[in-house]
Amino acid sequence: MPSLKDLRNRIASVKATQKITKAMQMVAAAKLRRAQEAAEAARPYSERMGSVLANITQAVGGGGDAPALMTGTGRDDVHLLVVCTAERGLCGGFNSQIARHARDHIRRLLADGKQVKIICVGKKGFDILRRDYASMIIERVDLREVKTLGFVNADAIARKVIHLFNEGAFDVCTLFYSQFKSVISQIPTAQQIIPAASASSAQPESADGASAVYEYEPEPGEILSDLIPRNIAVQIFRALLENAAGEMGAKMSAMDNATRNAGEMINKLSITYNRQRQAQITKELIEIISGAEAL
Amino acid sequence: MAEAFKFELVSPERLLVSAEVESVVIPGAEGEMTVMAHHAPVMTTIKPGVVTVKSASGSEERYVVFGGFADIVPAGCTLLAESAVAVKDVDRADLARRIQEAKEDANDAKDDQARSKAEQFLGQLTTLEGAILPA
Repeated sequence: MPSLKDLRNRIASVKATQKITKAMQMVAAAKLRRAQEAAEAARPYSERMGSVLANITQAVGGGGDAPALMTGTGRDDVHLLVVCTAERGLCGGFNSQIARHARDHIRRLLADGKQVKIICVGKKGFDILRRDYASMIIERVDLREVKTLGFVNADAIARKVIHLFNEGAFDVCTLFYSQFKSVISQIPTAQQIIPAASASSAQPESADGASAVYEYEPEPGEILSDLIPRNIAVQIFRALLENAAGEMGAKMSAMDNATRNAGEMINKLSITYNRQRQAQITKELIEIISGAEAL
Repeated sequence: MAEAFKFELVSPERLLVSAEVESVVIPGAEGEMTVMAHHAPVMTTIKPGVVTVKSASGSEERYVVFGGFADIVPAGCTLLAESAVAVKDVDRADLARRIQEAKEDANDAKDDQARSKAEQFLGQLTTLEGAILPA
């Protein structure tokens, strides 16, 4: 049985922890709002990019001059996985969810006899994947210093990916991130970015836009070869933004849980504390009374 | 008074302009072009330069863009810029950094084609710097 002093200390420490988790929850809530705003602000760009891309793909008509980034190398022996996770922990199952999704994918690929290379964005994913697949990790992008995610960050990653592709280091590139659905639900997602899988699914701009015959300046093929790398950067950027929002959402609910747990624990501990104090008082009283009776 | 049309300037981070405007000057890859209402559909890449937006109310605003492309239809014009800022907010240090990077790219280029491309880009950047310095 812990002494009264031990219990008092214990209660004080749980209270301190509760204060911290409460503060972290509030910080996460504030950051979540900002991350969500950023994600929303970035949406028009990627939407328009999608429709323009669909238009131009139609114009080029899948002819022979479509760049390799879009059509792929024609093989799928070497897979590159870009795994985006958070830089910090304390956000529930957020990071492990993405890592697990990536790991399942890696296992499947390895079972099929494919070669796998990994680029880790974010420290946490690196820490998790390093345990099993350290030899496959070829690059690690650290965004810890970055305060507000900018397009330049995504662009740098995209450049690395494209550079590797041009060197023939891989055939298929898949992006792993967590889709932000709501504060309590983030869905780990895999998205193939090279070769562009979405080219056929994206609908060309309807109504007045698509029916018009476009003039291209310079040639459509040239624009396309300029556009595709940019599109990859945009997709990575979107993934990073979704991740940032998801991380904050997950952190918020994790910290909310922790705060509630701490509250419950304090209640339980105070009851034990009070009970024990009462027992001690009763014991002292009995001692006094029995002492007086003995006289 | 010319007819107004819809113009949107979008960067990956946010939507900068979405307004009814009278004319827009775009630094196209094949030369500057002025877009007004009922322009023939054109899609063009843009080089680093200044976009001048003349709004329907007559006021004029200038933005610096670093590459991107423009999608022009008779009903409107959408400019997707890789990075865009209003001229008055341009960060000199940032521009200097970009020029420095472009210089390094030009030096590191492996073949002639890549080098001439990098040098062209560098040239565009320096022209841009010259264009906005007095502003």
